[in-house]
Amino acid sequence: MFNAPENWKKLTAQEKRDARFASWMAPDLEFATPDAAQAYKQRIQMIKDATDLKKPERVPVLPWIGVYPTTYGGITAQEAMYDYEKLGTAFRKFNADFLPDGLASAALMGPGKVFDMLDYKIYHWPGHGTPVDTSYQCVEGEYMMADEYDQLINDPSGYFMRTYLPRAFGALAPWQMLGPFTDIIELPFVGLGMIPVGIPPVQEAFKTYLEAGQAVMEWISAVGPIDGASIATLGLPNIIGSFSKAPFDIIGDTMRGTRAIMLDMYRRPDKLLEAMDRLVPIAVEMGVRYATVSDTPMVFIPLHKGADGFMSNKDFQKFYWPTLKAVLLGLIENGTVPYLFVEGGYNQRLDIITDPDIPAGSTIWLFDHTDMKEAKKKLGGWACFGGNVPGSMMKAGTPQDIENYVKELIDGVAQDGGYILANGAVLDDTNPENLHALIDTGKKYGVYK
Amino acid sequence: MSQELIDAITDMREDDALEITDSLLETNTDPLAILDDCRKAMEIIGQRFEEGDCFVPELILAGEMLKEISVKVKPLIQEQTGTAKKLGKIVFGTVEGDIHDIAKDIVAFMLDINGFEVYDLGVDVPPARFVEKVQETGATVVGLSGFLTLAYDPMKETVAALKAADLPDVKVMIGGGQIDDQIRVYTGADAYGRDAMTAVSLAKQWIGGQ
Repeated sequence: MFNAPENWKKLTAQEKRDARFASWMAPDLEFATPDAAQAYKQRIQMIKDATDLKKPERVPVLPWIGVYPTTYGGITAQEAMYDYEKLGTAFRKFNADFLPDGLASAALMGPGKVFDMLDYKIYHWPGHGTPVDTSYQCVEGEYMMADEYDQLINDPSGYFMRTYLPRAFGALAPWQMLGPFTDIIELPFVGLGMIPVGIPPVQEAFKTYLEAGQAVMEWISAVGPIDGASIATLGLPNIIGSFSKAPFDIIGDTMRGTRAIMLDMYRRPDKLLEAMDRLVPIAVEMGVRYATVSDTPMVFIPLHKGADGFMSNKDFQKFYWPTLKAVLLGLIENGTVPYLFVEGGYNQRLDIITDPDIPAGSTIWLFDHTDMKEAKKKLGGWACFGGNVPGSMMKAGTPQDIENYVKELIDGVAQDGGYILANGAVLDDTNPENLHALIDTGKKYGVYK
Repeated sequence: MSQELIDAITDMREDDALEITDSLLETNTDPLAILDDCRKAMEIIGQRFEEGDCFVPELILAGEMLKEISVKVKPLIQEQTGTAKKLGKIVFGTVEGDIHDIAKDIVAFMLDINGFEVYDLGVDVPPARFVEKVQETGATVVGLSGFLTLAYDPMKETVAALKAADLPDVKVMIGGGQIDDQIRVYTGADAYGRDAMTAVSLAKQWIGGQ
């Protein structure tokens, strides 16, 4: 937990960020060895220097890891979601053997049992709709209907509780019968307002909800020590303690779905814009809160539906960028660091995202299919960036291919600092030699002189 | 031909397009002529997509307008005249283990408006179903779609299954977010594409020897 100093409100964004970094660097944790403690600090210092657009001691190497640690550890992704002992063995081994500069967190696999109990509808996960050894996948659909924008805008939490969550989770379907909490404002209304809570299916839904909460506690009390052990013995900081999303993606990914949100751009643009505005403070608050609770300044933000090809630059500037920018500014203002995972290509968007309103040295952009020379030209001196080692090469290339690619990146775009070495697509499928080539080349070749 | 209808569709004026369709039908326009205007409009939109002047929202909306107009028009068509001759047959789908369909649908749409008969098998399609469909239809091109890196191995297995089924005239193209030439080599596919236009030009190249 990050404890803000008393003068917090008087601090500048930069001072707030420095305070968060300082707290991240001094965790409430006993390291196994002085070396581990030092390595931990060193790694965070490198990340901080890169964020501040300075030259760190060397290029930080932060591969974005998916389910590969399960394959490497000889278990399936499904086992990792249900058997926390196997999960722990696999992830501890992965972190120890590869030693990236950031922890591959066991928490990101998620608790399969909880999804089962709640009958989660929006995703397929290993062994539950998708193969046991691959990642989870989103089931596209309209979980929010076209005529529900006003409900979302007027009362987002109420809409989530009584409409969206009952669709997203089969076990919570009876919550549709609940009344709004805002009914309960005066003595005579309390009895009446509570009636829906007594309806048997609603009671059943709450019972399942409480049991799922208990299952989550079992999961986190298993997963916390797994990650804790890797942090304490290896000195690997956990990078991803917080997350948020672009408002367009919040609605487009798991509420309206891709097709529906794209039709909304034509059929009800004003409602869509209003709803996205409404979600800005919610997305900021979520990112800041998790950053505070986890004591990590980084706020992970995967970008999805604003990539090249999805929409014109004109629409990107109208629908995608303004509310994403507002979320970024809100996060920066609170001393957190937006850590953007820019999926797809952003070659057409580089001029737009390098917005002068966003202070230099306050964001991190990890790209996939974006031309890195162009990214360097546009982002250099403005924001830390990286990424781009292709998923195809991690799978089908040789260690030599990867070594050459990494060297080219470091020579071509890392020379001035402000750079993080990472793969482009979430790493689900590779082999040990290739991953070693990525990490080890970055460490050996990325030392700044 | 109603230029007004074509313009309404290509300008993405959905309400106008539907109103114009209604008034055309009220004035006893040949329903087939209306569908022909839709086809012309779709061709224009397809061209704009190829040229980077329109994007996914426009394709999806155009598809919706086409559907809505067809619902109004088709019941009024007395007898089905012979459908236009197709250039060739293509079996298409997202490979086993992958449930993504947006990009697949766009490619299938572009192939369709370019005159190909597309048999879309949907998502999470096992290798054997591709083989069966090719054998059943006599298609000469197979298109494999996949969004995530997890599609690499199923693509490879599908190509192998087609080879094992002794279908030497069948060519395979692959595409998707994480597909490049390295993966083409890895899977043994004949070609890969980064976008829907590549799929169209490959299909034209392979079918009819253009």
